[in-house]
Amino acid sequence: MADLSENLPAEPARPSPQQALLSAVLATLPDGVVIDSSLARGAEPEIRVRRGAVHAVLQLLRDKPEFAFEQCMDICGVDWPQRAERFDVVYNLLSLTHNHRIRVITMTDAVQAIPTVSDLWPSATWWEREAWDMYGVVFEGQTDLRRILTDYGFQGHPLRKDFPLTGYVEVRYDPERQAVVYEPVKLQQDFRNFDFLSPWEGMTTLPGDEKVHLNRITRE
Amino acid sequence: MSLSTEDTPAAGNTRTVEIDSHTINFGPQHPAAHGVLRLVLELQGEFVERADPHIGLLHRGTEKLIEYKTYLQTNPYFDRLDYVAPMCMEHAYVLAQEKLLGIEVPVRAQYIRVMFAEISRLLNHILNITTYALDVGATTPSLWGFEQREALLEFYDATSGSHYHANYFRAGGVVKDLPPGLTDRIAAWAEQFPKFVDDIERLLTGNRIFKQRTVDIGIISAEDAMAWGFSGPCLRASGCAWDLRRSQPYDVYDQLEFDIPVGSHGDCYERYLVRIAEMRESHKIIKQCLAQMPRGPIKVLDSKIASPTRADMKRSMESLIHHFKLYSEGYHVPEGSTYTVVEAPKGEFGVHLVADGTNKPYRCKIRSPGFAHLQAMEKLSKGHMLADAVSIIGSLDIVFGEIDR
Repeated sequence: MADLSENLPAEPARPSPQQALLSAVLATLPDGVVIDSSLARGAEPEIRVRRGAVHAVLQLLRDKPEFAFEQCMDICGVDWPQRAERFDVVYNLLSLTHNHRIRVITMTDAVQAIPTVSDLWPSATWWEREAWDMYGVVFEGQTDLRRILTDYGFQGHPLRKDFPLTGYVEVRYDPERQAVVYEPVKLQQDFRNFDFLSPWEGMTTLPGDEKVHLNRITRE
Repeated sequence: MSLSTEDTPAAGNTRTVEIDSHTINFGPQHPAAHGVLRLVLELQGEFVERADPHIGLLHRGTEKLIEYKTYLQTNPYFDRLDYVAPMCMEHAYVLAQEKLLGIEVPVRAQYIRVMFAEISRLLNHILNITTYALDVGATTPSLWGFEQREALLEFYDATSGSHYHANYFRAGGVVKDLPPGLTDRIAAWAEQFPKFVDDIERLLTGNRIFKQRTVDIGIISAEDAMAWGFSGPCLRASGCAWDLRRSQPYDVYDQLEFDIPVGSHGDCYERYLVRIAEMRESHKIIKQCLAQMPRGPIKVLDSKIASPTRADMKRSMESLIHHFKLYSEGYHVPEGSTYTVVEAPKGEFGVHLVADGTNKPYRCKIRSPGFAHLQAMEKLSKGHMLADAVSIIGSLDIVFGEIDR
């Protein structure tokens, strides 16, 4: 409550409904739960909470009548490999009663489990299975943590940034063995990931080019 | 269906329970599975005890591919999600990009997009209703419906050059203006469309067999529907008057008049009725768009985002450079994240887009409505007969392109 003003963006608080919602949520949550909060482009409230508190926070958001987030529309992971706790787990909540949304984010790594919210919203089960499948995020208390989108017997977590786009195995039908076989991926040429960030934009030291960059900065 | 319990006195406390349940695979190659759904059903006689959908047989790694492509190159992936209503998927993605780019789309482009989103809704509902009827035994609706779908797909073709995978919506507007005469053709088509809906209703709505297969099948209450993450017609059939076009309007939906049909009972029949009523509303919206659509630009004039016209490129060096840069490097989206939703025909289609300031999305999570609906399959089908599972799948409007992504 005390550090509320620090968490909010520096601009003067406008009385938009999203702003009001974010302030109300921050005021209700106990101290030390929220790590960070923001209002993305003045329209989308977003709070980052501690991993241990995520279940309590989501339950509060669902059950408090002034928030009434009846629906958990989406749970997904985001990978930031350079961070110690590399995964974001993002909960997108929707309240039909008040017609507002909020995004709750928590962080974890490949080992630390996140409490499941499938007891709050049964729909969470598949989203959590997907986050496990794609990122290897473990959900504690989730009784059905099977893979969901990848193949039976698949190894690895494909949406991690260190998982190659081409994968590790490919399948084909082997007429001799009369079965589908798995083989290591063989590429005819190396996968080329073009970096389109061209030197035109990157070079800021070209003599005579200052005007272009000045124009661009003022435009932005 | 026999559940015999033998208590043998000699064995003392042990009890032999003999359960005659069996497990069957419904799909992945079953015409009524609407794609590659492998549904593992545990049956008690002919009653469904447990339903475990195995999805992912159409998983193409769309979200992974998107992370390796520029924003412009990722647009076409969205056509291939819910391939029954491609432009609605594109709509969510371009809106998400526009939010992050902070651009305002010209009014004409907004009208064009809304009109084609509604055409897509009709494409979807026609396909769903008619194939659903096919699943429960009626052949004629699909024959009539596909004729209408063909007419609508020709509008797709005329404006984007492609029947299905249109790639027509772009961040900042649409890729090109409507060809001359198209609005007249759409208006002519709109004249005869209400009769088609009447005809379909005459075949199905009062039909005794259709009602026997759908009424009171797969009931879900409004509370359950909310908890299971339902949206779109499936949520409205349960009695929630919730439509993102009305409650969180995007583009010009707030300037159009339309009603939101709501059911009360939440069974398969009401989900059908809601879709029928929505077709009439979509027809109304299309007519309003035709009447109100102003002249003007169809994409933002900022050539750092939208490509200059072909004619410009022939004359202006700067336009040529812009074109080259846009189609090789692409535009850069400022750092930030958004969860942007549209009311797709099947429900809330959301894109959680995380941009890191480069020309490629850092993360693009696709929230498909069918994913949540299919998850409730066990809840909906438990205790029903095996044949009812087919009705329920049909009424949920399952398309695997968007579920498996």
